[in-house]
Amino acid sequence: MITRFSNKRIASILGVLPENDSLFDDEVDNYSFPAKQTMRLKKVMGFEKHSLSKPDTTVSDLALYGINHMLDNNWIKKDDIGAVVVVSLCPDHFVPHISNIIHGELGLSSDVFCMDIPQGCCGYLMGLFQSFMLIDHMTDKKVLLVNGDVLSHIVSHRDRNDFPLIGDAATITVVEQTEEENDIYFELNSDGTQREALIVPAGGFRTPANDETSEMKDQGDGNYRSLNNLHMDGTAIFNFVQTKVPEMIKSALARNALSVDDIDYYFFHQPNRFMLIKLAERIGIPEDKIPVNLVENYGNPSGCSIPLVMALNASEALMRDTYRCCLSAFGSGLAWGSMIMKIGRLNNIAIIRSNL
Amino acid sequence: MSDILEMLESLKPECDFTNCENYIEEGYLDSFDIVLLTSMLEDKYGIKIDALDILPENYSNVDAIASLVVKSGGTV
Repeated sequence: MITRFSNKRIASILGVLPENDSLFDDEVDNYSFPAKQTMRLKKVMGFEKHSLSKPDTTVSDLALYGINHMLDNNWIKKDDIGAVVVVSLCPDHFVPHISNIIHGELGLSSDVFCMDIPQGCCGYLMGLFQSFMLIDHMTDKKVLLVNGDVLSHIVSHRDRNDFPLIGDAATITVVEQTEEENDIYFELNSDGTQREALIVPAGGFRTPANDETSEMKDQGDGNYRSLNNLHMDGTAIFNFVQTKVPEMIKSALARNALSVDDIDYYFFHQPNRFMLIKLAERIGIPEDKIPVNLVENYGNPSGCSIPLVMALNASEALMRDTYRCCLSAFGSGLAWGSMIMKIGRLNNIAIIRSNL
Repeated sequence: MSDILEMLESLKPECDFTNCENYIEEGYLDSFDIVLLTSMLEDKYGIKIDALDILPENYSNVDAIASLVVKSGGTV
């Protein structure tokens, strides 16, 4: 679907990281591959370190740490919050929902709308989309959009194709109304026929987790994982992204009578350095307009990647001025989307470390 | 051709690439090997391989890889 919004803005962005980083060099011995080959992969893919939460940390823990930071530092007041929208692949429980846990822990008023959306790498765009729709129905209230995932808990540490990529994080984005009649272009697409390209085979109601699904097995390519672990079909995802995303971006620019150069920043989901560089080449995006450095700093934290890459690379600029930005995400579903919007003069944008 | 074979052997010393008809079907190369080999080919031949050409069939044997290099502007 393609649609447009106006009179909405992103007011603040906070990224919350776990306490600890893990270095790729320290993990090499977990993988049954020649060290030389693995070290070249490090350079090409951008594997350096990734932020991993403690085993008992949940998304609500990271989110509450961040929201309390925002409340303590007057980024937002409790009474300003009209809705809590949480996007995550990693629920604390099947029931209750993360948004309700946050609602209860913060002691929010009973008229605050709570909603969880189970989405992965497209989660920031999905969350913004829902937030923009909700904000139309609130007077003088703001939406707290929480993206969060603790993927390190469901990816095998002996799976070189998946584990070095991922990272844990949460982000909180404050969405509010503005009197400015800004033009926000939104496009979201899905292809459910390719849904198994990114999958956790067991643990839901189709195949409940049990001793058999928990068994770690050599997948025939030297990677060990169980059916309870997240798995990505790298070739299918790569081909999907390189086919769908460039044509979507080119079409979005054309629909808005913009050239590639008219966009100040391309804040894309951050799967890995190689994929992003190939995407930039295909679209013709200059290197200085598309940051590709999230994986080497924090790992790929799924739906948190776009707000984190904004905060990592452009926080000063986004506080100081306004820029025309193209956001794009792609991943589980399979789903892919883009948004073109002027973003800037934010009230606050930062990344903090938690003790989680 | 010999340069490409040397690259393959350095990537996967345990595989005999001279006696294999299809590196993908035989499990010699997976998606991450393709990423690595792409990077090595780009460095060696000073080329940019188009993302849409990074397909398993273009890495299935040494002739296919050589054709990919030529298509991308390199000389084998």
